Amino acid sequence: MLAYIVRRIAYTLPIMFGVALVCFALVHLAPGDPLVSILPPDASVDLQQQLRTLYGFDRSYPEQFASWIWRALQGDLGTSIATGRAVTGEVLTAVGNTLRLACVATFIGFLFGSLFGFVAGYFRNSWADRLASFVSVIGVSVPHYWLGMVLVIIFAAQLNWLPATGAGPSGSGDWAWDWEHLKHLVLPALTMSVIPMGIISRTVRALVAETLEQEFVVGLRAKGLTDFGVFKHVVKNVAPTALAVMGLQLGYLLGGSILIETVFSWPGTGFLLNSAIFQRDLPLLQGTILVLAMFFVLLNLLVDIVQSTLDPRISRA
Amino acid sequence: MDIAVDASKVPAPIDAQGPGYWGSVWRRFRTNSVAMVAAAVVLLLILLALFGPFITPADPYKASMLSRLKPIGTEGHLLGTDELGRDMLSRLIVGARLSLFMGIVPVLAAFAIGSALGILAGYAGGAINTVIMRTIDVFYAFPSVLLAIALSGTLGAGIFNALLSLTIVFIPQIARVAESVTTQVRSRDYVEAARASGAGAFTIVRVHVLGNVLGPIFVYATSLIAVSMILASGLSFLGLGVKPPEPEWGLMLNTLRTAIYTQPWIAALPGLMIFVTSMSFNMLSDGLRTAMDVKQ
Repeated sequence: MLAYIVRRIAYTLPIMFGVALVCFALVHLAPGDPLVSILPPDASVDLQQQLRTLYGFDRSYPEQFASWIWRALQGDLGTSIATGRAVTGEVLTAVGNTLRLACVATFIGFLFGSLFGFVAGYFRNSWADRLASFVSVIGVSVPHYWLGMVLVIIFAAQLNWLPATGAGPSGSGDWAWDWEHLKHLVLPALTMSVIPMGIISRTVRALVAETLEQEFVVGLRAKGLTDFGVFKHVVKNVAPTALAVMGLQLGYLLGGSILIETVFSWPGTGFLLNSAIFQRDLPLLQGTILVLAMFFVLLNLLVDIVQSTLDPRISRA
Repeated sequence: MDIAVDASKVPAPIDAQGPGYWGSVWRRFRTNSVAMVAAAVVLLLILLALFGPFITPADPYKASMLSRLKPIGTEGHLLGTDELGRDMLSRLIVGARLSLFMGIVPVLAAFAIGSALGILAGYAGGAINTVIMRTIDVFYAFPSVLLAIALSGTLGAGIFNALLSLTIVFIPQIARVAESVTTQVRSRDYVEAARASGAGAFTIVRVHVLGNVLGPIFVYATSLIAVSMILASGLSFLGLGVKPPEPEWGLMLNTLRTAIYTQPWIAALPGLMIFVTSMSFNMLSDGLRTAMDVKQ
């Protein structure tokens, strides 16, 4: 068990290094001068040189990478070129906003996804199965940014029930768990929940069907266990994988929320990435991608470790 | 495509009267009505992409300030007009070409490169496997939407950069599948037998490995087309893909966002096209998987 966890961490460390390297390389692949967005066209050579030294762009790539990593490990991701504020603070605020959205969406998706999956897996080839499978195909096929637009059209533009954009009433700075704020969360969270819902429902359906076919289920039934008793055993067998898929989906949503955040003007990481890209704010871009990717890697690690404690067969393999 | 060529490499069935591998795949596929409908829709979309520009009722580029955002069913504009007064029906038809191109090409490119890398890693094993697969793990460690947007965001907007970014996103996914299938096939008895009878590595891969691994990899790749369609249009939706005034569904969705309060259903049309396309590809891929009996 412990050996498995150590092995899993040892495997993750080089990947984290690789991810950091890719984030760094990505930004330096970008064509053009990184300071072009803040330098006035008639800036003197002196000023250009000064700024380049200030941001460290005058040093060699390995040197820049090493100092970037060193500072990142201490929680300093540099200074945004466009706003002059610390990248770490901006990213953390945005991650908080996105995490809130993604957690609610994953929860909704998991709830309905497992419901559909169980019904479909239990009553295979019935109309309920076909309906559930159809819903899950829709879930994985729908362009979520379009679904967001359609929900805005119906519930904001036509019915006027819910706000179309933003993360709270205008003027309110911080998030609060009251209806004034929550109603801003409804549409983006519903839109986002469709993705994990489709995937979780597919996974759960396959797992339930597979479990029901196993001999121990026949044995339990022969022993005279009630349907509910058998159901508890099925849940026990399905839960580790379903929870693992849910964990991974949370990571995907966190990294993939940019399109939905754009539709709803949600002030999260997607919004931050978008402005970093269009303002060519390299430190901000680098920092946001690094934080999101690292979060995903760590989430993967956590999911694997939790799964191995729930299902000891994994660590023995 | 590659698959059609591979049919000849599949060993002839013992029963010479039998339908053969592809014959039986087709027989199973044919009885799946959902997959057949999806295949018909995909065929129709491909025909639209090929011949769309010849059947449009109006010029898809011709703007008219006087007839902006006309509702659906307007005389001469069956599906209304967009924010610059261009005929929606014509733009949706012509848009099929770029949209499908942007969705399918990255998967094809990644299928070629990813299979090659995965088969090489799986067959060679050892240090070659470690180098290839650990590098791929790094790219696999990024959520795909994040990687696609980060890459095309730094490379800059444009069709080529978007295609390149999406290809890079799909290579690790395909290579992982290719590597695992190849590793399985490599340890089979017939590969062992071929090696014992003195066949070279290249011959073994060409004759015994390719024919057995390309099918499952191909099925997996087809399931990525739906994802690719959504991502490619998503890049254009963000302004990172196709540039105006080219008709592409994701870009049209973006420029029509301003119209959701005035002509909401026109604004939603391009997204409906992306939805229908990606759903058809998903169902087609599911049907293929069942018909070819690939387990994943």
